[in-house]
Amino acid sequence: MTTTAPEKQTRDYFPTEDEYQKLLGRRTRFGHTVRLTLLLMLTIAVVGLGILLYTIIDDSFGLVAVINENEPEDILAAYGYDPATTTLNDLNKEQLVEVLAGSVSSGVGRRLERDQRFFEDRLVFETQEKWDEVCASDDPPAGCDGGVRSKGNVVDLVQERVIRPDIVAASGLTGSILNPDRFKEKVQQDFVDNPDNYEPFTYEDVRYTWRAWFSWKFITSPASDRPEIAGVRTAVLGSIWLVIITVLFAVPVGVGAAIYLEEFARPNRINDLIQTNINNLAGVPSIIYGMLGLAVLVRILEPITSGSLFGEGAPNGRTILSAGLTLGLLTLPVVIISSQEAIRAVPNSLRQAGMGLGATKWQTVRSQVLPVAIPGILTGTILAVARAIGETAPLILVGAAGFITVSPSGPFSQFTALPIQIFQWTSLPQEEWRHLAAAASLVLLVLLLTLNAAAVLLRNRYSRRLT
Amino acid sequence: MNDTTETLSVDTADMPPDPTLTAAPTAMKNARETPEEAGPGVIETKNMDVFYGDFKAVADVSMNFAFNEISALIGPSGCGKSTVLRSLNRMNDLIPTARTDGEVLYHGANIYAPGVDPVEIRRRIGMVFQKPNPFPKSIFDNIAWGAKINGFKGSKADMKDLVEGALRQAALWDEVKDKLNESGLSLSGGQQQRLCIARAVATQPDVILMDEPCSALDPIATLRIEELMLELKENYSIIIVTHNMQQAARVSDRTAFFNVELDTKGQRTGYLVEFSPTDQLFTSPKEKATEDYITGRFG
Amino acid sequence: MATGSDIQDVSMEEQLERKRRPLDTFIVGSLFIAGAISIAITLGILWELGSESLLFFTDEVVSIGSFFTSTEWSPQAGSFGIWPLILGTLLITFIALLVAVPVGLSAAIYLSEYASARVRNFFKPVLEILVGIPTVVFGFFALTFMTPLLRSIFGSTVGFFNVLSAGMVVGLLIVPLISSLAEDAMAAVPNSLRQASYGLGASRLETSLRVVVPAALSGIAAGIVVAMSRAVGETMVVTLAAGASPRNFSLGEDSLFGYILSPFEGAQTMTGYIAITASGDISYDTIDYNSIFAIGLTLFLMTLGLNSLSRRIVKRFRQEYE
Ligand SMILES: Nc1ncnc2c1ncn2[C@@H]1O[C@H](COP(=O)(O)OP(=O)(O)OP(=O)(O)O)[C@@H](O)[C@H]1O
Ligand SMILES: [Mg+2]
Repeated sequence: MTTTAPEKQTRDYFPTEDEYQKLLGRRTRFGHTVRLTLLLMLTIAVVGLGILLYTIIDDSFGLVAVINENEPEDILAAYGYDPATTTLNDLNKEQLVEVLAGSVSSGVGRRLERDQRFFEDRLVFETQEKWDEVCASDDPPAGCDGGVRSKGNVVDLVQERVIRPDIVAASGLTGSILNPDRFKEKVQQDFVDNPDNYEPFTYEDVRYTWRAWFSWKFITSPASDRPEIAGVRTAVLGSIWLVIITVLFAVPVGVGAAIYLEEFARPNRINDLIQTNINNLAGVPSIIYGMLGLAVLVRILEPITSGSLFGEGAPNGRTILSAGLTLGLLTLPVVIISSQEAIRAVPNSLRQAGMGLGATKWQTVRSQVLPVAIPGILTGTILAVARAIGETAPLILVGAAGFITVSPSGPFSQFTALPIQIFQWTSLPQEEWRHLAAAASLVLLVLLLTLNAAAVLLRNRYSRRLT
Repeated sequence: MNDTTETLSVDTADMPPDPTLTAAPTAMKNARETPEEAGPGVIETKNMDVFYGDFKAVADVSMNFAFNEISALIGPSGCGKSTVLRSLNRMNDLIPTARTDGEVLYHGANIYAPGVDPVEIRRRIGMVFQKPNPFPKSIFDNIAWGAKINGFKGSKADMKDLVEGALRQAALWDEVKDKLNESGLSLSGGQQQRLCIARAVATQPDVILMDEPCSALDPIATLRIEELMLELKENYSIIIVTHNMQQAARVSDRTAFFNVELDTKGQRTGYLVEFSPTDQLFTSPKEKATEDYITGRFG
Repeated sequence: MATGSDIQDVSMEEQLERKRRPLDTFIVGSLFIAGAISIAITLGILWELGSESLLFFTDEVVSIGSFFTSTEWSPQAGSFGIWPLILGTLLITFIALLVAVPVGLSAAIYLSEYASARVRNFFKPVLEILVGIPTVVFGFFALTFMTPLLRSIFGSTVGFFNVLSAGMVVGLLIVPLISSLAEDAMAAVPNSLRQASYGLGASRLETSLRVVVPAALSGIAAGIVVAMSRAVGETMVVTLAAGASPRNFSLGEDSLFGYILSPFEGAQTMTGYIAITASGDISYDTIDYNSIFAIGLTLFLMTLGLNSLSRRIVKRFRQEYE
């Protein structure tokens, strides 16, 4: 075949077979490169998450350098026990209380006793008359009907009040495992460089121990200004109270609004406005909600939110109620939008079937649409609430109190919350607080991941059932 | 069809002619005049137009549906059969853009008059849909719910009787009596559709509307439903939309043929071509368009 | 029949009359109120931001003019020029987008065009977990990991508080937002377009980069704008990692890249100022108290503008395929 014209054209405009193979090779190689680059980029996100989690866990455990004000051995010796064979834990409760009573001032002792008694049958620090008098007063302390301290509790008190350990330095988990000596050298160096900081102690007084900042004790201890004993109980309880109020407000209102918009709202101007408005609200930064909470809930509605209108509490609007409602307002648009999606996913045939039987719209919605939509609504709501638990900025605005060690007792209490605690501990310069912040973050993350996992499970089960 | 004898038991006023007589021209003439002469039926539409927004889906429909008859609506796709059907019990209200002009009289009362309660209408004029749509609940609850929301006052035992009665009427009882607590969705398509019919029957309506109730079913299930319709006709007036001309011929007493045409504005508006006794419509339609459609020469 | 004998003699019209259903009316009314509460929230926000800002601007030490023109924000010294705070916000937003756009878009393209189901099942949960982590934890991360890392790379030119660390971590925080919105946009591109491209002999890469991404471009752009608004409103990371001193500057005198736009120095943002000012024991009706609302109003308008911009882009996008 020697047809010339078409071949010429091919040669003019298109590559020869050979050239084409080369081109194809280049295209394929380029494709691979780009593909790898994309994957690399995606990996950055994963690595970022990985490092974040690693940082938190790394800071939650590790070696600490401690200086004890009184060494346990000295204490034991002072009370006539042989430090070589006994430890504090070997003493019984009576003996421990004796050690404690020998070291703390009577004022502190009385306070401890008023918090919780040491023994059922006798008082250690208080006189019986004074005790009866205090317990008969209008505001009796917790110890009057609070049971008896356990031995473990007294051991903790001895630790806290008699040994009085002071953490002077702390190390992360990997550093503590891989290179503990470097940490020790650093501590020693600091004693050489800044001996004044440690007066009257010297490097010889330093003990190294392992410490799990994240521990059950950490979760159950109240906040404190001493990192050695500080815990997140106050903050966790605060967060739980907040969630309760948030849910009580955002879920009924949010689901109600979603039902209205999906099932009852005719497309008119008011309803369009409501819908657009909700979409807009979902994009408003959370700190703006905090300002709304500050100006309206804390300040203007103070008589209500502080409880003073109901004769409770001081007239200060910076309460759990204000903060919980603020988080509720913030969560509301998210709850509405996700509930709307869940309701929209219910097949129309169910609505027609219900209405076709002569049911009213509400009867149909209540008995046929909502039951099918509820798993979806629940999933969205859990995710929204999980988000609310981690919100910090709005809580700062409505005045989550700086330093609070008393557990909240109701909606009109002052409070602190887990994210606030993390924020405050992170902003403190000393290293110990950073480890506390890490441990508190871990508590928060465990809580949130549990909630998220619940939501994902629910969603998966639900989507399987539909198919 | 031996079932046609059943029509004898029905109110004689608008009884369709015996099939053996349909060829007679006089019968034809009578049939043509039936809607006007027979007096008002259970539902009567007068110059009904239905719009979706600005779009006029069907225009000027005037029909008279007789008591205790099966009336069939046939016609090409998109001609507005479902639209007409949904207008008869105000199901169209559920479509926000839909609007109905003209009159639809139910027992002589205009259901589109202001102050009429659409819920009341739907309670009396039940509906069965193209795709079986049982509630995702137990078989028992599927049926009991309609009765409950309509103010059922009886005892638990009464409710059981009602459910059993409805399932028997829908010829489903024997198949499900041992699994009333299982989900309605666990049934086969044909059973589900009969469950939907039972559900409609249980609220004791006056009229049952069915929109292509068999189109999602196999021939055997279809046959069951058709038999069922013929039984139900004793107590209910039934209006059915179907794509299947054999079905219309088999079950219905009277058939309406709808057609659709491009109007001057380029809209495809459906309209009623003729509404005649079924045998007459299929054997000697009075309109050319009907003949074309039933002989398959359509468009 | 349902119509019992007792109502036989009532006319059909009367039987069909609209029934009173107080329960239904009440419930629908309540549901409407639930919906309308959202309007009240918006009004509340507008009212509170507006009225307090008004107090701020009518204060004798403040002038609207210098608020919008001055480049010095030192409330103690009585100078209220918002530009240093806006500068801080924009710097951090810019750095965040620099991180998040490439990562987020690559993630979206890879996940929607390349990844097998198994790969997706690994990466999607990772992105979902990132979404679920509270911002204060990101702030902790910025301060305890990112800043030391940067300081070990760039040396002590990097301040203890700096916008680079804050910006990068905010970037990480908005990656999942960009990737999920971009993925949605690409999923909305009709498959026929992809098939057409493959049919012409295009490779997978050429199809995704030359056909799918351009077709989804407005959706992707909308996603980036939303992420930008999120970065502008982000509070905790910037409060913790970018420091509490506004970057006061004077154009012409200060070095542009050495100071004004330097990523290594700290800079307070609008949100950071609000959070820090409110975290102290702030007393009502002081100039400080009022100033956070003026900043809040500016922030609100900025994010509102960005969000409506993104919606407008999306609307355009929809029309392209209809
Ligand atoms: N919800 C709706 N909104 C707008 N237009 C509609 C709606 N439902 C139906 N239509 C239009 O009304 C016309 C009639 O539709 P209808 O469903 O009544 O036809 P049909 O005869 O039932 O068709 P088929 O045999 O396919 O079911 C069609 O042009 C359709 O597009
Ligand atoms: Mg139809």
